Amino acid sequence: VTCSLSHATRPLHTTQQRLAPLPPLPEKGGEVRYGLIPEEFFQFLYPKTGVTGPYMLGTGLLLYFLSKEIYVINHETVAAACILSVIIYGIKKYGSDVAAFADRLNEEKVAKALAVKNEAIEGLESAIEQEKKEQWRVEGRSYLFDAKRNNIAMLLETSYRERLMTVYNEVKKRLDYQVAMQNLKRQKEQDHMIQWVEKNVVQSITPQQQKESVAKCILDLKALSKSAQAAV
Amino acid sequence: GPLSERRLMDVRLGELPAWLATCDFSPRGLLGGVRKAWSSYYNKYINVKRGGPAGISMLLAGYCLLSYGWNYQHISKVSFLVSV
Repeated sequence: VTCSLSHATRPLHTTQQRLAPLPPLPEKGGEVRYGLIPEEFFQFLYPKTGVTGPYMLGTGLLLYFLSKEIYVINHETVAAACILSVIIYGIKKYGSDVAAFADRLNEEKVAKALAVKNEAIEGLESAIEQEKKEQWRVEGRSYLFDAKRNNIAMLLETSYRERLMTVYNEVKKRLDYQVAMQNLKRQKEQDHMIQWVEKNVVQSITPQQQKESVAKCILDLKALSKSAQAAV
Repeated sequence: GPLSERRLMDVRLGELPAWLATCDFSPRGLLGGVRKAWSSYYNKYINVKRGGPAGISMLLAGYCLLSYGWNYQHISKVSFLVSV
């Protein structure tokens, strides 16, 4: 007979409540007296034979097996007695320690799973808060766009004014050039005319006139020197 | 409830042959019966939070009894008893 010793799980999805989470493991196993005989046997015999019934049954069966040699006493009996005594002594002495160790291992596993669950919950809660903050930020979107529109208008205005200034400067430069040209032309004409007039005048002074004017100057100087000497 | 769906402990003594008749003795049925028995034993005594020695000690005791029963013929022979 092939037994499937795989972990046959507790019957799932056999009751109506399919959607409920897995029920937790029972705390303690079925009651067993002396580690070998389930408590149900004693309860089964209690109504008819009272408390001592199963013990009498056990003693009677044991004596019957021994007397009829259904259980043969041989070397294996001694070996079994020794092994059983060692096992029972070991269980009595170290049982609670092993149980505490196993319980601690279980606790660590459960704590790890709980920690994972709590971290997931915290992460989701922080995600919710951030989502709410983003929703609040969306409300301020209109202010943001107004500010951006203002910035752009300002930029357009400044560039327009700069270009206006450039135009004004260029036009002024051209007009200044024209003005300078006219001034230069007039000055050149003036200079040229003055020169021409001077040259003609100098040419027109004949030597005769020059001699007369020089003599007149000398006479005037003499008169002046005389009046000056008289004054001193 | 109906006879075929009750467990062995709930069947009364007079109804035992009828209950045995409703059992499924094909290999598949036997396998299913073995699996159900093992799963009920496992979930009652081994798959708990704070078990004790009871879970495996009963299995070991059953194994001891079974092996004694299988070897009874050999143990009870006189030649075996004298040689020890």
